[in-house]
Amino acid sequence: MKDRIRQSWNRVRASFLRGALDQELDAEMASHLDMAIEDNLRRGMTPEEARRQALAHFGGVQQARERQREARGLPFLDVLGQDLRFTFRTLRRDLAFTIVAVLILALGIGANVAVFSVVNAILLRPLPFPQPDRLVRIVEKTGGTNESGKTYTADATQDFQQQNRSFQSVSGYFAFTGPDNFKLIGNGQPLPATGILVAENFFQTLAVEPALGRLFRPEEFVKHAQPVVLLSYPYWKRQFHSDRSIVGRTVNYNNTSVTVIGVLPDTFDFGSVFSPGARIDLFAPYIMDDFRNDGNDLALVGRLKPGVTLAAAQREADEIFPRLLFEHTHPEFKPEYTARLTVLKDYVSGKLRRSLIILWCAVGLILLIVCVNLSSLLLVRAAARSKEFAMRSALGAGRVRLVRQLLTETLVLSGAGALLGFGLAYALTSWLAHQGSIALPLLSTARVDGTVLVWTLLVAVVAAILFGLAPGLRIAGGNLQEILKDTGHGASEGRKHDRLRSALVITEVALACVLLVGAGLLLRSFLKVLDVDLGFEPSRAAAISVDVDSGGNAAKQAAMWQNVVSRVSALPGVEAAGISDNLPMSRNRGWGIAAKGEAQRPDSPHIGVFVYIISPGYLKAMGMRLVRGRDVTWDDLANNRNVVIINQAVARQLWPGRDPVGRMANTGGADARVIGVIEDVRQSGAEDSTGTQEYLPATKQFGPEGVNLVIRSKLPPSALAMTVMRVLRQINPGQPATEFKPIQALVDHATSPRRFLTLLVSIFATLGLTLAALGIYGVIAYTVTRRTQEIGIRMALGASRGRVQRSVLLRTMRLVAIGLVMGSAVSFGVSRAIASLLFGTQPNDAVTYAGMAVLLLGVALLAGYLPARRASRIDPIIALRTN
Amino acid sequence: MPDSKLDLLQGTLDLMVLQTLAAMGTQHGYGIARRIEQVSGNEVLLNQGTIYASLVRLQQRGWIEGEWGTSDNNRKAKFYSITRRGRKQLAEDAAYWQRLSAVMGRVLAMEPEGGER
Repeated sequence: MKDRIRQSWNRVRASFLRGALDQELDAEMASHLDMAIEDNLRRGMTPEEARRQALAHFGGVQQARERQREARGLPFLDVLGQDLRFTFRTLRRDLAFTIVAVLILALGIGANVAVFSVVNAILLRPLPFPQPDRLVRIVEKTGGTNESGKTYTADATQDFQQQNRSFQSVSGYFAFTGPDNFKLIGNGQPLPATGILVAENFFQTLAVEPALGRLFRPEEFVKHAQPVVLLSYPYWKRQFHSDRSIVGRTVNYNNTSVTVIGVLPDTFDFGSVFSPGARIDLFAPYIMDDFRNDGNDLALVGRLKPGVTLAAAQREADEIFPRLLFEHTHPEFKPEYTARLTVLKDYVSGKLRRSLIILWCAVGLILLIVCVNLSSLLLVRAAARSKEFAMRSALGAGRVRLVRQLLTETLVLSGAGALLGFGLAYALTSWLAHQGSIALPLLSTARVDGTVLVWTLLVAVVAAILFGLAPGLRIAGGNLQEILKDTGHGASEGRKHDRLRSALVITEVALACVLLVGAGLLLRSFLKVLDVDLGFEPSRAAAISVDVDSGGNAAKQAAMWQNVVSRVSALPGVEAAGISDNLPMSRNRGWGIAAKGEAQRPDSPHIGVFVYIISPGYLKAMGMRLVRGRDVTWDDLANNRNVVIINQAVARQLWPGRDPVGRMANTGGADARVIGVIEDVRQSGAEDSTGTQEYLPATKQFGPEGVNLVIRSKLPPSALAMTVMRVLRQINPGQPATEFKPIQALVDHATSPRRFLTLLVSIFATLGLTLAALGIYGVIAYTVTRRTQEIGIRMALGASRGRVQRSVLLRTMRLVAIGLVMGSAVSFGVSRAIASLLFGTQPNDAVTYAGMAVLLLGVALLAGYLPARRASRIDPIIALRTN
Repeated sequence: MPDSKLDLLQGTLDLMVLQTLAAMGTQHGYGIARRIEQVSGNEVLLNQGTIYASLVRLQQRGWIEGEWGTSDNNRKAKFYSITRRGRKQLAEDAAYWQRLSAVMGRVLAMEPEGGER
């Protein structure tokens, strides 16, 4: 046994040492012959006779060499080598075909691999935490899009932490963090950074270990504790140049000395899991006592105890949550909490499952079209090479050997395609992973890894089998000797193969049809989404985060805001400017509002609303439209007047059929007079319902978050940035160097998942259409070439050019029409599956189907026209003579 | 390919080579081939070239070793010698062959007994 293994090993080794071993053998055989000749001479033969006898005894130098090679090496590998060499030779001879085939394959495989790496990152791969299936997100059952409805108060959180028996630990993070809410104050200009507050045990719950230093300790969650931060890995690299000694040092954030206690690992990306597209730079303790009276602001995550099922935990939560208090100091507030427990992974990517599967199917279709296309290309080639195969068969090549050779060819083609496609996918995936503007969770973790590599191999092999099958069977099944005898012009030769080729074209058209319908429906939905009246005008508006820290003094804050707004408004090119603590489609926060009782009318119950704290000019700068009443004024701010602007939805619900302006409402724990009504604004995305909103003048200090200055101007933000920044610096030298963000970017961010899906499916549909057109062209052109003689005869018999052209086009159209009907039928079923992804578009949208049909017929007409024209140009004399 | 027949021939030749080396000590390819021819009384029509396939096979299995050296009349040649494992293998194979040929001898010496059944 051991000897056999040794032999196998030596055989493998020998096949790599060919040259050296051949040389040694030659030397050995030469010395053998020399000795034999010498012996013969000694026996008295003439030199010629001695040599002849020696050679005769030896028995064929070449055969001996071959035998020895066979004995020592791997004959299988040698045959493969021969096949490969032959394949490369044939492919090089037919360079145009090779390039087209490899390119088509690379596109198909590349698209598949890229989409797979995205699907793998978002759907298949577990979250990058230990035992991720034990992690659970806890959210209000009727949360909607209102973040406040998905969060809990500090008191409720602590009570749940103490009362539950299902969780190993429950923690959370402050859900209302805006970008650039921290400023790093060093030697030069203050630098903005985004920090998030996390509750005790947050990292322990996720089981994240720091890369450097340590995690937060319990004593750091006590009021007035020494402030500490943990840095995210990218921020540590970017801002502190990966300086390990930063741990333990104090840094100035927001004019406070903060100790850096550690750096989180590179694998921990808070944004990608909890807040797609957001970049979080640092983490600080969420000190419960600082937030006791701030309402719902903690987003909860828990880790289940081993052995506790999700259902059991849910049962317990259903019991505990309804009796939790909003605030211990106000047991009369009835928050009526509920909780739905969702495995974190499902919470993060569950909504995307359908979109991604659609995307996956779309690339699968592309691969099918690619295979059908190549199959028909290879069939044409096989037909052209049938004589070559017949010749080789006549020279002694077995059928198995021929098919094996053909298989090698397909594998080499698909291998080259896969290699190129893998490169494409690699580039595409790393590009996608760095698109912060696409709000897809975990997208930043998409990368080409081992799984993806295996997938590429699988796709390549499956593709090779798919497109190599038909031509392979043709060779294996055909009667090669017949072909050799046949001149190839017999009318009967074509029929069967024509049918196969036609079937391929029909398949291709049908597949392209399905892709086009899918893309069309998504595209129309996307256009509808873009067309939605947002309630504000994102174009020409831009926001910049402003630091106006007044130290909690309301009057001082109002004065500073007025100073900023009036000076910026006065800048040339600025049409309107205003401040808000919150922008639509970014973070949000909910309060309650109720209509105050009037004569014979009790107070209405509170309804949940989004709250925006604004300055005069903000509504105008955002392009929001007042339908009744007035905007807030600086007077309101200066005099601390309790006034509120509501949107139509609130007006409808609280004062149905009556004019709300001038009436009293109760919101945020105080009474306020309604001074205006604005048109509904899409607050969380163009596709979501408008919901209820209220706008309060800035009379209070709201949290440590920065505020946004919104400017409406015809000038591009970059042209204004300098002057605006100068004004802000004059008012507050500590203003960090933030940048203008177009409001459009917020809208785009909100629609980015849909844009991502639509863009990719549209690209795939275009690719599919192009490939189908190529396929149609290839087959029709081949048919025309093969029927040159027949066409010549017809023309000689009096068929006009127009008639010939028409007949070719008709044939094309017939194929396309069949494909179209089949494809439409399939699309009809498929579009139902994507109905939930559509927006304002029916799955059987007539416009889409009609557009698809027109487009496909048009492209097919073009693809068929070129060969048809060539057919009509055939000169009967030449055609008949060339046979 | 007629694999089975070739295998038998190979096996036979391999055994002959092993025995020759065991008997003669170190020897080169030509020497081994000549020796086999002589011993067999030229009854075996050996294509001397085939011996090299056998030699490389035995070498790869580790039963013989080969080394370049100089012959008595100052000619460069590759000299083979049997290894310890080769001797063991030879003993096994020789026993097998002797048993087989004894059986073959007895079977072939069978007299026709006459009558069916």
